[in-house]
Amino acid sequence: MQEFFFSLTWLVPVFPFLAFIIIILFTQKNNKLSHSISIGSMVLSWLLGWGVVFSAITTPHLGEHPFRITIPWFPTGTSTFDIGIWVDPLMAVTLFMVPFVCLMIFIYSVGYMGYGTDEVDPHYSRFFAYIALFATGMLGLVISENLLTLFISWEIMGLCSYLLIGFWFQKNYKDPNKITPRQAGLKAFLVTKVGDLFLMLGILYLYSQAGSLSYADTLFNHEFLKQLASTPALPIFGGWSAASAIAALMFGGAVGKSAQFPLHVWLPDAMEGPTPVSALIHAATMVSAGVFLVARIFPLLNVVVELDHTNPAMGLIAFIGAFTAIFSSLIAVAQKDIKGVLAFSTISQLGYMIAALGIGAYVAGTFHLITHAFFKALLFMGSGSVIIGCHHEQDMMEMGGLKDKMPRTFWTFLAGGLALSGFPLITAGFWSKDEILAHAWHEFLHQGVISWPFFVWLLLTIAAFITAFYTARQISLTFLGKPRGHHAEHAHETPNTMTVPLILLAFFALTLGFVGIPEEIVGQGNNWLHNFIGHEYAATPLSIPIMLLSGSLAIGGLGIGWLVYGRKPLLQGEMDPLEQGMKKIRLGWLYEAMRNKFYFDELYQVIFIQGSIKLAEIFYNFDYKWVVDPFINLIARVSRGISDLLNQFDEKVVDGLVNLTGLSGITLADLSGVTDNKVVDGLVNGIADMTGWVGEKVLSPIQTGKVQNYLLIALISMLAIIGIYLVY
Amino acid sequence: MTIPINWYLLVAAGLFSIGLYGVLSRRNAIGILMGIELMLNAVNINLIAFWRYLDPVRMTGQVFAIFVFTVAAAEVAVGLALVIAIYRNRDTIVIEEIDLLKE
Repeated sequence: MQEFFFSLTWLVPVFPFLAFIIIILFTQKNNKLSHSISIGSMVLSWLLGWGVVFSAITTPHLGEHPFRITIPWFPTGTSTFDIGIWVDPLMAVTLFMVPFVCLMIFIYSVGYMGYGTDEVDPHYSRFFAYIALFATGMLGLVISENLLTLFISWEIMGLCSYLLIGFWFQKNYKDPNKITPRQAGLKAFLVTKVGDLFLMLGILYLYSQAGSLSYADTLFNHEFLKQLASTPALPIFGGWSAASAIAALMFGGAVGKSAQFPLHVWLPDAMEGPTPVSALIHAATMVSAGVFLVARIFPLLNVVVELDHTNPAMGLIAFIGAFTAIFSSLIAVAQKDIKGVLAFSTISQLGYMIAALGIGAYVAGTFHLITHAFFKALLFMGSGSVIIGCHHEQDMMEMGGLKDKMPRTFWTFLAGGLALSGFPLITAGFWSKDEILAHAWHEFLHQGVISWPFFVWLLLTIAAFITAFYTARQISLTFLGKPRGHHAEHAHETPNTMTVPLILLAFFALTLGFVGIPEEIVGQGNNWLHNFIGHEYAATPLSIPIMLLSGSLAIGGLGIGWLVYGRKPLLQGEMDPLEQGMKKIRLGWLYEAMRNKFYFDELYQVIFIQGSIKLAEIFYNFDYKWVVDPFINLIARVSRGISDLLNQFDEKVVDGLVNLTGLSGITLADLSGVTDNKVVDGLVNGIADMTGWVGEKVLSPIQTGKVQNYLLIALISMLAIIGIYLVY
Repeated sequence: MTIPINWYLLVAAGLFSIGLYGVLSRRNAIGILMGIELMLNAVNINLIAFWRYLDPVRMTGQVFAIFVFTVAAAEVAVGLALVIAIYRNRDTIVIEEIDLLKE
């Protein structure tokens, strides 16, 4: 049975791909058929995917012996690239999350894109084609057996991300500083490409060392990894081992895809896309691909630790993750756009996962990846529901009082928000986040105060508090109090296609954490998730103070948030109380900086965009004004002069010669004509005349017909001949 | 005592000249044929004389003379037949009147 499902794994991404092809080619005109095909393909993928997942769960020792099928794909001279599937625990838990979340979002999109209403999107079918293609990429990435197909899937997702962010490409804003969907799509594409370049370099580096990109030959070949860890890297990496260097390069891809500092700038702007896209791509799945990649290459990181006890690449990863987590949670506090808060929250949570992997918390990072996908998809879809309910109003300052108008949305959003802030015990986010903090604390105890796990722990703990605070702020501003705008006053609950997926996701957002409760609570050997995916790594020991701390921080953050925003609800036109408070204690500048995302967009604008333009101008001038064109013009002028001279020579000398030859020819021809007429013709005629004359006058009379005359002539001739003979 | 070759040659030359004169001066076609026979025989005398005096071992001279006889005989036969045929057509054998070659 398990073998059966495993051998069909390759079909999982094929269904949505077929849906994409069919919709694009045949059913563009028919909205109903298009979304049915798209959702139908996703249902098939989901059922099959969960079949694979449950087969994987029931297979003993899958971690030691992953299931693998490959077929040769294309030869490259000395070796052959394979295409295939790889079923291991990490793949299984990710495959648990991806098709289900995709399916929920597909269904939700039917409502969000206005099916059956007057506001149905003009490119409704195309939207479903694109998200189906996106699902192909994500599922392909999860099941792929080697880094090459992983990279291809990765790029398919990048493409879909671009297409879907810019889905409302005709939209323009009055404010020229507000980024349009077109620009946002381009920005996302270009910024993530920076990361993709590093990923590709990493893959190439690995290929140059291993001669293969298959997981079985590289990432899961312990002998090879050990050898790689003891090989020094290229000099550019300082004293790092090749394993660290490759991991750091490939981590660059994750930085782009998972929007980590310093490539985080694209994700907030990606919210210009339709909200299901934000939920699907920019919260739940695609951005998780970066974390998934880091988890995938975790053996590469871990092997260096095994040999050296420390790995600079992991330090880098942990630092970037932790910094991103706190930095973007600060930005989230000051955002007014309901999706903007969630965007920065996503970046922050991805930072958690990255940091977790960076301190070696493989299980905790993966755990958080899965739980986060559920509750962040839930939050995004809840915010989308709010946006639809409020007639496309996105500013939280204009909302308020939606609790009674949109009860289903409110309660599910509350569940998601609690999970995000890590509300103790009853939410999934608590267990996964706590495990990360506990692992960081444990590493810190192990390594001492000045080690990076300490900073990671400190930053993540502060970020946890801020997360709870901005979640409370968001919920209070959106749902509590009185409506502050006319859109909010006329808000209505959204259709079932949108609320039912919310409820299903809310269930997982609350309960999924129970698969990973530490052993100390549920009993030795009962931490299911750890047993399944992390059997080869030591379990994170439970730390009661840390758990109490993170639980109280979550409750404290939520409580303070509620005190500031919820107890005395904001009135229409009133300033954000946090802004007021910070201005009072002369921190207004900090609030401004937070609201403006610490000016990173402006900084990049100046450095990269203006820099590129300046560079382009320099090259332009180099080309057209300073060097290239003048040089070419000079050459042209010189050539022109030479050609003028040659022209003169041609006209005067060569033409003269030619004409002279021509004239001589004519003269000669004339002469020859005269000769012909006079001399040759004369000769010919003369001979003819003479012959005629001889015939007439001489030969004719001889022919008398008389035999004796003939004989006489013969005699005379004979005598003449003899006479001549005798004389000479 | 042998007769010198010149004598034979003189006899032959005389005979040849008589034959030639006959050929050129006779009006009768038969006479012309007879002149030709004389000329041929003069040649025969020469042939035999040269053989006998210059190369008596080989028989080339004699064989040549026999050929000439044969040719002469054939020639006379043909010539007389022609003369008879002309006579039957034109009732004359005067050579001056027979100028058909001019046509």
